[in-house]
Parts: sequence; structure tokens; C-alpha cells
Amino acid sequence: MQGFIDSLLATTTTGLSRELAYLGGMIGFGALVVFGFILPMAGITSWLERRVWAKIQSRVGPNRVGPGGFLQWLADGLKNLLKEDVIPEAADPTLFRLAPYIVVAGFVAAFVAIPFAGSLIIADLNIGILYISAVTSLVVVGILMAGWSSNNRWSMLGGIRSASQIISYEIPAGLSVFPVVLLSGTLSMQGIIENQGWAPVDWHMFHSPFTLAAFLMSYIALLAEGNRTPFDLPEAESELVAGFATEYSGMRSLLFFLAEWGNLYVIGAIMATLFMGGWQVPAFTDNVVLLTVAQFGMFFAKTYFWVFVAMWIRATLPRVRVDQLMSLCWKYMVPIAMVNMFGTALVMVVIPEGSRLMSYALCGLMLFGLVRFGRRVNYHLKRSRRYDTVGAIMPV
Amino acid sequence: MQFEYANVLVFLGLGLFLCAFMMGLGSLVRPHNPERKKLTTYECGEEVQGDSWINFNIRFYLVALIFLIFDIEVAFIYPVVAVFKQWVADGNGLFALTEIFIFISILVAGLVYVWTKGDLQWIMKVVVPVKPADDPKQSQSPKVGGTIYVAD
Repeated sequence: MQGFIDSLLATTTTGLSRELAYLGGMIGFGALVVFGFILPMAGITSWLERRVWAKIQSRVGPNRVGPGGFLQWLADGLKNLLKEDVIPEAADPTLFRLAPYIVVAGFVAAFVAIPFAGSLIIADLNIGILYISAVTSLVVVGILMAGWSSNNRWSMLGGIRSASQIISYEIPAGLSVFPVVLLSGTLSMQGIIENQGWAPVDWHMFHSPFTLAAFLMSYIALLAEGNRTPFDLPEAESELVAGFATEYSGMRSLLFFLAEWGNLYVIGAIMATLFMGGWQVPAFTDNVVLLTVAQFGMFFAKTYFWVFVAMWIRATLPRVRVDQLMSLCWKYMVPIAMVNMFGTALVMVVIPEGSRLMSYALCGLMLFGLVRFGRRVNYHLKRSRRYDTVGAIMPV
Repeated sequence: MQFEYANVLVFLGLGLFLCAFMMGLGSLVRPHNPERKKLTTYECGEEVQGDSWINFNIRFYLVALIFLIFDIEVAFIYPVVAVFKQWVADGNGLFALTEIFIFISILVAGLVYVWTKGDLQWIMKVVVPVKPADDPKQSQSPKVGGTIYVAD
């Protein structure tokens, strides 16, 4: 982006000083990303999520506002805008008001280092992935603040549970990043992507069995960090009403959910960048604009695939218990993540160039698994259709 | 470099502005009529009994403590893994691998210690020693030396 502003300054003769132009550019681009991308994206994700659940659970879902209910998110936003802002008498008003600010600021700041395309990144920080894991954990502070300041037992328990869950899963999430950093030798997001290729065999995910395991660990840990089902204990309706957000109403509660839906995109972007080659596309053209659009499309598709999987999981799986949550993290994921990290280092020392054969084999294995899964789904769909037409109850 | 980190500040500011903007926009159109009943704490319709700023389960504190130790260790590993590729290229791979192995072993030793101490166990079993009663009839009862399960 710096280069872009420099070239703009060179071609036009405005009386602006360099610093002022930089500041203007930063705020302009930032506002464009925040209001033009993050806000609609989080809203549309909320609509899409409800539609996807509905499809999976044989319901219709929101379909009234706009074509296919597409504008539902705007209607929801407008509705929440018109709702009264209630702050309980017993609450700590300052912290109560401050909490959504911290949650949203933490999640918006993560977008600085997300590489949308080869030249489309706000700032390619040299500590990219470390930075993202650092700012996304600001959310813990906000949630703990919300839970404590509400002076409500549900909120209190929800907030503390959420904090303990997020910090626990930060360990496997951090350890699962290491195999990728070992392979690419850099923490910068663009550097990590450039170390991979567009073909699946060149992805970090298929480098060795350890990275494939790290990939799965990473997704599970990120889901738990984003408070998503099956790890949505902080918002467990059946036991904690709405968890840390119980006392929040109207716009304030919407801000929490905005961060949650937006976080889904961040999770997807981290997965796509670290393990799936990010925006890498085959060099099919010399046209920079066309290439950038293709790269953006590729990155968006990969990211949304993981967003979709998160929705799918939410519609399918039941919630885990709090003791299962903790034992899964500390007794299974942390040791496995450590083995993954050491194993990747070992593979790098034994075969410094990496083994193409292993990559192809792992790729083939994944393909086999996917085909098998597809056939299974197809079989069940066919079977359920058959029973539907007869009108018989499907045997279990 | 400075330009890139300035962006981080700008984005943090924009995040705060986003909230302030939406709350400010709402304050122009939303109603505001607070009322005693409305402002009470939600307790599923029950009368609120006292504060909720109470002593909570000590186990959350333990989790935070374990996290703190592990997170510092993770932060220490970051620079090592970032230069590991360069070390392998220089032919010092085995040396670096041994170092990483020793470091992870210390980490694992910590985990094993916490594990064997039972601090990873969410549902704890607390054994309460019961003195044998003087009454022979009571001492024959099977309830001597009971266990208490502490749940969340």
C-alpha cells in the first residue's frame, strides 16, 4: 500500500506533505475495508449461516427481506439500532459500555495482516501470524469485562468460562502454527503464502503427515477460540441463558455478534493462508488487475469454504461438556500439537528438500477420503428420498 | 516498517470508531425510558439475591496459571522456529533439532507434572478422611471414608 501511495504522489501534484498523504491513505483504505468489507461481510455471513442451518435442518430460514432473504442482515441491524439501550442498575456502567469496543477493536485489527491477494494487503507485517493471534486474543479481555461488569450470575459464569476456554485453546492454536513457520522460515503472511504453490501438493498441509495433523488441530483450536459450536459453552443457552451477553441488548449485543461472525472469516483466512496456499493461482495472464481479481477470488473461496464448514459443524454437532472441553485441550490437543511441531522439524532435517512422493500420497489420501465421504452422503440422500416418497418413517 | 505498524493503530482506532458510530447513530433514533423494574438484573424472573461479584471456582485460576506458563513457552519458541529453516540450510539442522527437542521436553515435563497432580482434571475427587467413630454401630456403616465429587 505504501508503494501505491508513493506512485500516486509521484503522478499527481498535490501540495500534500508525504506524512499527511500516508495518513490520509491509511485512514481512507482502512475505512474502505472496515465499512465496505468487514461490516457487510459479517452481516451477510449471519444471513448465510441461518440459511445454511435451515437447509441442513430441512427448514426454510429467513426468506422475506430481499431476494432469498438476502437483506435480512440489514433489517436485523436496523431493528437493533431502534432498540432501547438498557444498562442494568447493578452493573458497572463504565466497563459495561467499554466491553464491546474492545471486542470489536481486537477483531477489526486482525484484518490488517490478512492477505487478500498478492498485492492486496493492508500491511504485510513481518510478524504477521503472531500479530493476528495476539490481537484476536484481545477478545478475551472484552468478554471477561462484559461478564464481570454485568453483575449477573449467568454473565459472570459465561465470561469466566469463555476466558478459560479461549486461553486454553490458544496453546494448541499457537503450537499448530509452528509447523508452518518452520517450513516457511518467516512469520509474515505473504511470506508463508509465497512458500507454497497453487497446486494442492505444494500446500503446507500436504508436506508431511505432521502438517496434515497440525492443520486439523489448528481448525479445531480456532473454532474453540471463536466460541463456535461444538465449543460454544460461553453462550450455552440451555444452561447460561446467553452467557456473557445476557445483560446486553440492542446495538451493544449486536456488536458482540458482529465480532463473532466476522471472526469466522478470520478463522477461514488463517486456515487458507497457513495450510492451503492462500491466494496462489496459476500464472495464466500478465494482466495485473485480472490476476489480482483471480487471486482475491481464490482466497475468498478458500476462506468461505472454512466458514461454511464451521456453519455445517454448528448445525450438526451437539455441544461438548465443560470437562470434556478442558480434557480435549490439555490432554489431547496440546501433546499432539507438540508432536506435530517436533515431527515437522525432524522431517525437515531428514529430508531438507521435502518429499514429493509423500505430498502426492497425502493428497491422494485426502482425495480418497473426500470421494468416499461424497459417496456416503449421496447414498444417504438417495435413501432418504426413497423413504420420503413412500411416506414411511426412515429406519434408524 | 513504521508505515505498516501505523496501520495497526489506524485499524484499532477504526474499530473503536465503528462501535462509537453505531452507538451514536442509535442514540439518535432509539427510545430511552428507563424504569426500575427494567433495570433490574436478569435472573430468569426471580428476585435477585445479592451481588454476583462472588468468589468463583478456584479451578479457573489454575487454568489461567497453566496457560500463563505455556504461553510464555510458546512465545519463546516463536523466534526459534522462525530461523530454523535458515539453520537447516546452513547445515546446523541436527543441532537446532536437538535444542528444540530439549526445550519441548521441558515443556512436556511441565505438562506431565500438572497432569499427574490432577490439575487437568475438571471434575475433582476430594477424599475426606473420616475418623473412626467410637460407637461400634457407626463404625460398621459403609460410609466411613467417603469421597466428595466437586463439580462446576
